[in-house]
Amino acid sequence: MALYVAQSPFGFSALDMIHIAAIAVVFGMIALLDLRLIGVAFTDYPVTALSRQVLPWTWAAFALSAITGALMFTGQAVKYSVNFGFQMKIVLMAIAGINVLVFHFITYRGVAKWDRDATVPLAGKLAGGISLACWIAIVFYGRFTAYYHYP
Amino acid sequence: MPELSQWVGNLPLSQMMRRITWLIPVLQSLHILSIGMVLASVVMIDLRVWGVSRAGTLAATGRRFLPWLWIAVAVATVTGIGLMFGAPRSWRDGAFLAKLYLMGAAAVATLALPLVLRWNGGAEEKDDRFVAGFVATAALVLWLGATLAGRGRWIAGMLGG
Repeated sequence: MALYVAQSPFGFSALDMIHIAAIAVVFGMIALLDLRLIGVAFTDYPVTALSRQVLPWTWAAFALSAITGALMFTGQAVKYSVNFGFQMKIVLMAIAGINVLVFHFITYRGVAKWDRDATVPLAGKLAGGISLACWIAIVFYGRFTAYYHYP
Repeated sequence: MPELSQWVGNLPLSQMMRRITWLIPVLQSLHILSIGMVLASVVMIDLRVWGVSRAGTLAATGRRFLPWLWIAVAVATVTGIGLMFGAPRSWRDGAFLAKLYLMGAAAVATLALPLVLRWNGGAEEKDDRFVAGFVATAALVLWLGATLAGRGRWIAGMLGG
């Protein structure tokens, strides 16, 4: 499989095509929820209702981008490991992951109290802001990965 | 007679854009982010039209998500035009042509969206939802197709284009 990806221009291009479309969907869906948490959009929409609609698509798209990403990585694992853009993507995804865990297991516990409020507690706003910043940066570093000059 | 993409590539503007090494990747990133927002907005509208979500009327759903859809399309268009100048693609590239056609069709569906969502004034007439469903689903499929075609060079390669 790794050899096919490494040697076939079609294989890599096909994975790349799906990977970018999937990550676009991940960003778009997460951005909707983040904008709600920050308080700049959909403030009349209960947070729980928005989450319920947004998150399944987000997870599905993320799974697709992770699988395509992993397959592309196996084709050139050594090269990607020293690629600064790729390294930053991994770091940022880890930060985003921790952010999600903190939000889900701590902040979200009390959601019933502020579900319908236009203004969400500070912890929720921070989670939304960190998430949005991380995912925007991930897309930028993802592009940077393709342009990285190996010394 | 030079090919259009070569002619554009030789323009001073195009060469200047490529000299600023970070410009094209930044434009591409903004393009991807805005397309993501386009897709997400259409998905949210579709979820309501399909009945997966029951929150509010079709008109209210339109009012909620269409502004974001339009802003995202605007950003995608501006960055797209920038990329056409800075990193021109050949009209002979089958995937690029496919993307343009799909985008055109998607734009038509997107323009029709506010109309089909507003026809349903208050009562959820079955006919209104069918039309809205058709247009909204078409919009999603077309935008997704255009997104994939944007990186679909392998398709062109397979077809010999």
